[in-house]
Amino acid sequence: MADGQQTPGAISIRHVSKIYDPEGVHVEAMRDCTFDIAAGEFAVIVGPSGCGKTTLLNAIAGFDNITAGEIYLDGELISSTRHQIKPNVDRMVVFQNGALFPWKTVLQNITYGPIVQGRMSKKEAVARAREMLDMVCLTGLEDKYPEELSSGVQRRVEILGALINEPRVVMLDEPFRGLDAVAKTVMHEFLMQLFCASPRTMFFITHDLDEAIFLGNKVVIMTTRPAQIKKIVTVDLPWPREHSIMNSKRYIDLKREVLDAVHEEAKKAFEAGEREMA
Amino acid sequence: MSVTVSESRNVVQRPTKSTPARLKILLKKVFNFRSLRGVVSILVFAALWQLVVYYKVPYLKNLPYPRDVAYDAGTAALTSDYWIHWGKSLMRIFIGFIAAQIVGIPLGLAMGISKTFKQFTFPLFEILRPIPPIAWIPLAILFWPTRELSIYFLVFIGAFYIQVINVIQGVSNISVNLKWAAFSLGAEPKDIFWRILLPGSLPSIITGMTVGMGVAWNVLIAAEMIAAKGGLGRTTWEAYTNHNIPFIVVGMVSIGLAGSLCSVLVRWVGKKAMPWTKKF
Amino acid sequence: MPGTMKSVSSFSQLLKALTGIALFLIFWEVSTAVLHLPRFSLLPNPVSVVKEWFSFTPVSGRSIFTADYYLDIAYSVGRVMIAFSLATVLGVSLGLMMGWNRIFYDFTFPLVEIFRPMPPLSWIPLAVLILPGVEVSVVFVTFIAAFFATVLNTLLGVFSIDKNYFLRARCLGSKPIHIFTNVVVPGALPFIFTGLQIAMGIAWLSLVAGEIIAGQRGLGYAIYEGYSLFQNDQVVYYMLTLGILGYISSAAIRAVGRRLMAWESRRRGI
Repeated sequence: MADGQQTPGAISIRHVSKIYDPEGVHVEAMRDCTFDIAAGEFAVIVGPSGCGKTTLLNAIAGFDNITAGEIYLDGELISSTRHQIKPNVDRMVVFQNGALFPWKTVLQNITYGPIVQGRMSKKEAVARAREMLDMVCLTGLEDKYPEELSSGVQRRVEILGALINEPRVVMLDEPFRGLDAVAKTVMHEFLMQLFCASPRTMFFITHDLDEAIFLGNKVVIMTTRPAQIKKIVTVDLPWPREHSIMNSKRYIDLKREVLDAVHEEAKKAFEAGEREMA
Repeated sequence: MSVTVSESRNVVQRPTKSTPARLKILLKKVFNFRSLRGVVSILVFAALWQLVVYYKVPYLKNLPYPRDVAYDAGTAALTSDYWIHWGKSLMRIFIGFIAAQIVGIPLGLAMGISKTFKQFTFPLFEILRPIPPIAWIPLAILFWPTRELSIYFLVFIGAFYIQVINVIQGVSNISVNLKWAAFSLGAEPKDIFWRILLPGSLPSIITGMTVGMGVAWNVLIAAEMIAAKGGLGRTTWEAYTNHNIPFIVVGMVSIGLAGSLCSVLVRWVGKKAMPWTKKF
Repeated sequence: MPGTMKSVSSFSQLLKALTGIALFLIFWEVSTAVLHLPRFSLLPNPVSVVKEWFSFTPVSGRSIFTADYYLDIAYSVGRVMIAFSLATVLGVSLGLMMGWNRIFYDFTFPLVEIFRPMPPLSWIPLAVLILPGVEVSVVFVTFIAAFFATVLNTLLGVFSIDKNYFLRARCLGSKPIHIFTNVVVPGALPFIFTGLQIAMGIAWLSLVAGEIIAGQRGLGYAIYEGYSLFQNDQVVYYMLTLGILGYISSAAIRAVGRRLMAWESRRRGI
């Protein structure tokens, strides 16, 4: 940390495999995955349903162990077959269906992390939370319970609750799934705004290919089970991005590339499913 | 529909479970760390029990020795009287419980289906419900010609209210969409009842039976202690009045066993009736 | 006007409720006092029950105008309160510990499962034998009944908590104590309160039985005493008193639950 200018949050995955063994049935979820995410990069992971994207997220976050390979964060080995890292604020997760505590208000949910870690006093945390809510035009919701809010607002609150902890890596598991297209555009703007304000490494899982290319620096396409890295597409569209960019030729080319790769894997997944039932 | 199988990916096949493999998995389930802890705690408990009586700890010194209890249990199990008591208690549970289902399930369904009916009957139902079944004993004894009948009635009361409440809940849980979907497919009201409402409320009916069985068993034991001839509750009470202390514990354990048996039976019925649910 | 519509419909609901109850009372009166139907004539009829209940000089010596009535109520309520409070404190604590810590669960669950199916009332002989005084044994039996119900429901409550809440709490750097107070306890509260209502009902049930079998004074005891002294009217209005007290205690628990779980009520729009 001597040169304070270097953004932390570089992830390296080396030959990582994960085998589940529930009830004696051998399930290979991931096989020999290797790739890098540079610090401050917005990486989007796409692939067929159930192929192992969440398994990868769980491994990096520390929710689950790996059965082969190593995971590095900023050059430091954080997970291997002999040693599993514990979940930590360094690698903050935003969950698929939202995991805001229903029994805490918006303010309490956001300030929970810093207070519990002892990083900020309650006063400081509340002030910072209000600041963040203000920045994204969500003031006035501090004392509401999550269930009183729409899903879009809930998601945004949860993302704020993650970012207030200044994590090195933010991992989002299909956070905008189930939101309608209109709400999604707002979410994208919201995320863009936060990302450009203070860049940090993003690990974003999604099914929505437009979302993937629009948001990301790099799209990692995974195969069907057992998951491997099929292809990595670098998205060299300029920042900051507006929705008009989706009509540009470069965008369309990128989308074709990603779509072809994903479609190929989706077909294989579909056939594999049929074979299992047959 | 033909399926084109593309060049097969190296998907790991699931091994077919052969009998020795199944056995191994089963054994692993039974003998492991976790069940070991359970065994340890039971042994520690038994040891504490023995010590507490031996060293005449105040109050607890009146407990019987585990060894005496085990001996009494063994001898009792060899007598036919003991099993006759089992039979009596089981018979009472059986009749009272089934009666509660026969009356309770239709009533609950009626209340759940017809709002008007519910508005007429539910307030009365709710007023009578908090009265503990045991409090019904005197009235039951007065009303029914035989003692046995009054005991069946008490068991009935125990299970009845629980069942009705659960069934009402079950009917209200059925998604309105199911009914509309059926109507749009050309169903008639009676089809809705038999094909949707009944199977849809089945989980709640089964829950009502499971919980109701527990309460009914409770009521039975109390009723037997107070007012019955024969039966496990009665013998346990008589063991107390006759100062046959080890047998008190034998009675208690027998009651617990019989109760568990009935609960297991109800759960088994539940599983059979609802093969589509996955039990955890 | 929406306001008048609502009051009209709730008035009609009240009317229907009263009709149902009235029909029942009429049936009762007719079958016992008017037609003297075979078994029914042995039962007390509603008119005499009400007369006794509200009389200044009741034959049985207990009506709402006598001190003994309230003494009986006080005894029973007091016992239930002690047993229930103890059962809540111990039961919720045990349930939370068992749900949260797997090792603790492994050690305690088998013992709990052996004792839980034993009907509380089967404990009476043993309790009377061991514990000093009948009073304590009656309270003990009530306690046992409420205790196991509370433990089970609390346990289910902890198990019902979505895993993701735990994962998020861990991500945010929570220490075990934080997870306990911020996730386990609030997450289990809905189940706990359902369990407490059930436990309250079970407590009353066991108390009455305990009082009948082994007690002195109290509503259950008085019911049985009334029965043996042929004071059937008293039996009935004491039963109704039990019903009322049972309802009030459950409603009280529900009210406390609503206050503690503000997020639930707001969700349901109460």
